Amino acid sequence: MKIRNSIIGLIAAVVLVLSSFANIAKAASSDPIRIPVLNWSSQVVMANVIGQVYEELGYNVELVPAESASRYEAVRNGDLQLAHETWQSTMAKPMYEAMDKGGLIDAGSHAAPTLEDMGVPNWVIEQNLCPGLPSWEALKSAECQKNFATADSDGKGRWLEGPYEWHTDVMPNRLKGLGLDDQWMVKFAGSADALWAELAAAKKEGRGTVIFNWTPNFTDAEGFTFIEFPPFSQGCRIEDGGSVETTGCGSPIGWLKKAANIKFPLTHPSAYKFLTKMEATAGQIGEMANNVDNLGMTHADAATAFISNNRGAVDEWLK
Amino acid sequence: MFSRFKNSRPQQFIFLFFIFIFSYLVVPQSEDSYLWRLPSLFKDFPLWINNVIYSALYDWFPLKVWDPVFEMYEKKAAIREFTRAISSGVLFLITFIREIFLGGVQTMSTFISSSWLNSNKWFIWPALPWTAVVAGGMLLGYHLQGVRLALLAGIGACYLSIFGQWEPSMQTLSFVLITAPICFIFGLSLGIWGYLNKKVEAALQPILNVAQTMPHFSFLIPVMVLFGIGDHAGAIATIIFATPPMVRLTILGLKKISPEVVESGLMSGCNKFQLLFKVLIPTARTDILIGANQVIMQCLAMTVIASFIGAKGLGFNLKLALNSLKIGKAAEIGICIVIIAVVLDKFSLAWANKQKNYFANLNFYQKNKNLILFSIIIFICSIFSYIGSFYFTGINYLYFVPYEKGISISPLLDAGVDWIWETFFYYLNNFNVFLITNVLVPMKTAYLGMPVVSTFILVMGAGFIVGGVRSSLVVGSLFLFIALSEYWDRALITMYMATFAVVVATFIGLVVGSACAQNSKSTAFMLFICDFFQTFPSFVYLIPVILLFGITDTSVLLAAIVYATIPATRYTIEGLKSVPVSLHEAGSMSGVSRIQRWTAIEIPLAFPHIMLGINQTLIFSLFMIVLGALIGTEDLGQIIMGALSRKDGAGVALTLGIFISFICLAVDHLIRTWSERQKKLLGIA
Repeated sequence: MKIRNSIIGLIAAVVLVLSSFANIAKAASSDPIRIPVLNWSSQVVMANVIGQVYEELGYNVELVPAESASRYEAVRNGDLQLAHETWQSTMAKPMYEAMDKGGLIDAGSHAAPTLEDMGVPNWVIEQNLCPGLPSWEALKSAECQKNFATADSDGKGRWLEGPYEWHTDVMPNRLKGLGLDDQWMVKFAGSADALWAELAAAKKEGRGTVIFNWTPNFTDAEGFTFIEFPPFSQGCRIEDGGSVETTGCGSPIGWLKKAANIKFPLTHPSAYKFLTKMEATAGQIGEMANNVDNLGMTHADAATAFISNNRGAVDEWLK
Repeated sequence: MFSRFKNSRPQQFIFLFFIFIFSYLVVPQSEDSYLWRLPSLFKDFPLWINNVIYSALYDWFPLKVWDPVFEMYEKKAAIREFTRAISSGVLFLITFIREIFLGGVQTMSTFISSSWLNSNKWFIWPALPWTAVVAGGMLLGYHLQGVRLALLAGIGACYLSIFGQWEPSMQTLSFVLITAPICFIFGLSLGIWGYLNKKVEAALQPILNVAQTMPHFSFLIPVMVLFGIGDHAGAIATIIFATPPMVRLTILGLKKISPEVVESGLMSGCNKFQLLFKVLIPTARTDILIGANQVIMQCLAMTVIASFIGAKGLGFNLKLALNSLKIGKAAEIGICIVIIAVVLDKFSLAWANKQKNYFANLNFYQKNKNLILFSIIIFICSIFSYIGSFYFTGINYLYFVPYEKGISISPLLDAGVDWIWETFFYYLNNFNVFLITNVLVPMKTAYLGMPVVSTFILVMGAGFIVGGVRSSLVVGSLFLFIALSEYWDRALITMYMATFAVVVATFIGLVVGSACAQNSKSTAFMLFICDFFQTFPSFVYLIPVILLFGITDTSVLLAAIVYATIPATRYTIEGLKSVPVSLHEAGSMSGVSRIQRWTAIEIPLAFPHIMLGINQTLIFSLFMIVLGALIGTEDLGQIIMGALSRKDGAGVALTLGIFISFICLAVDHLIRTWSERQKKLLGIA
């Protein structure tokens, strides 16, 4: 009996000791600006750029590894102060869900227009694996479809879409809308890494590949062409109330947003001002990614190089 | 006739198989028939769990907390305040250790005002020179065991620094130095409590079972919601994952103690505490040590996954490297994780085995020799690094090698991967096409075409044959829970992949294990390989398999097989080793050949133990199959991964995690029951 009590006591003591540090620790941890770093180059470099600018302003900064979709919940709760790269088609949903629950504010958009759609690496066009690309009509030919087939695609050509949760049924519906669904099928990759690995593997194999990709991205350097689908119009997708006839439309030109915690403007005013005024262009985002992916710099060095290269723009954002 | 059938298990299984096939063929594949698929009665279960979590977090028992920013009172739920308090405590400890290694003033700002620190930028707390840490590690190694351990620690720490991974390594080390002891204390206390109180043990068992078999990804979201994001959240997820083996092994160790030991303790007049700490725990030391070893291994195995919710260090850098397909870099970082695991494991083992000398009468110098020596080392290394600051311009290599500024063998490793790719790609591709079209696709179709009633006939029938009505009901109800959800089809796909991976991994494990168990050198080597692959982050080989086999089930299965072969091999070796030598000799004297001895004596006797390994093989392969969702699968794992971005993600992830855990538990139940019976029959229970 005694021992049992003392064990409960011990566990309670550990918990108490831990939580008693809390009050002292709290004063310290509320101080730094916590910026999420995710797993693609431009995002990490931009986190470092923002971090270095904030340090210039005299703030303490902490870069926290996070995960793309779940970070909005953390921003909303105040565990992170901001989220600086929000892509419309993949991240708008979790961002606005967090906004619905309260605590997250929109801190404006970057200047870069974004496009996220299905496309092919340039060498697919150069080798003429599907004559007529980038127009989508080219996908109708049986010869084209054959060059894009894989072992598990049942003779059809394969579209490699990002993870299912990114756009759910948009791509399978698009195939239906274009009347391509008996020639092509959609396979969902598990992660962005899987998309890049597929790019490399398809090139090796000399097999054509249609993958989901976006721009600005590091793949721009090697050359990537988006397929030209029928133009996007508001509400053309089945998901947004469209019909099978219209759902074949392509992706819209999207925004790249920034978000912040609702207390951020009060606790760190000049940092918030910088965040709202920061409007990176496609070229600048490409430069951030390029510094790491092709010039082989570390993320922190790439950020330093970016700031000294774009001092004028950074100062403009700071004004 | 009937009595023969009653006693012959193989005949019973054949009979069961025929009923299964019959039901498979007879039941029509129509959505209206309950024999084909059960209605999803538990559809709202994930949402319900989610609502419970959120209402506990945001609504239940609100406290009024003053918000200095908005200058008003905010309502915050009590649980959330409590969990956040724990988080910041853990974070404080991790930061404290981290700043000892890497420098910084965050810990100090707790005690000195942070505004003073902000305005006095000259006040810095420097990092320890890396040479001092290397020398300190060697000193500790020498003190604990001797020259060999000192060399191991020294070389390991040098690798971390020379390869430019010093900073992330120290971040990971500080993370593990806090989490592992917490796991150890929790595990030991819960284990002792379970040993003392049968009710507690009974209550602990199912919790441990589920915690050990649930895929890590399914509790990441709940942990993030409860504890926030950052090193503390990663630490807490790690604690959940790494504590169960410690509890289990503590209970096991204490239970094995013979009553005589307890009696003799009581006779010497121990009170309860003395009995526990001076008699019981020292006696159960071996098992408790294996527990500590497992804790360290699990903590390091979690580093990459913990980085999904904010843990800094090697795990995050590895994820980043893989994302840009830098496989060589990722492997280099993976090796750092293995080094930390091996060194910590050996240290803890040596520390626990070190006998205290109660009789030595030491003076102050002798008692504190090492401490004094270490102070001198720090002093000397500081001087060296100071001299270094004159010699080097830019980076002072004698003081601190910044991230990725060391040497790197990644071009070499990349070239190796490229070579494998160049050389084997076409063969592998043909093999891949063959495997997919002739084995995997038919197998998947067969699993998906299985009526729910046939599945239940098969599993409940197997339960009945192995362990009677009770087993049959246990297994049946575990599966019923899954069958009543809307995810049954996905669960079938998971089961198809798990079956394939387990069969292949077991086969490889049996062959390799048997071959290596023949002599002690190869055994030791193989066990080291097992340790290596257990802590080597599994993410690293996810990418090479995609390059070789594309985004197909083959890639996922290959990764699962690599990982799941570890326990299969380990248990085969252990099982074969546990066969008494006298039986080998008895066999040899009766004139059996080497092969006969293996098939007729060793394997049957070792088989119950090997079967327990198969159980672990299943758990490992399911972990990897869930992780395979990163490659692209259509099973439960895909939803668990996707739950990271869903509104009701916490509930969905937990529910599906429980499903996977239930599949493990059902198989575990069958194997354990069978294995215990078999052991009794063989007289080795």
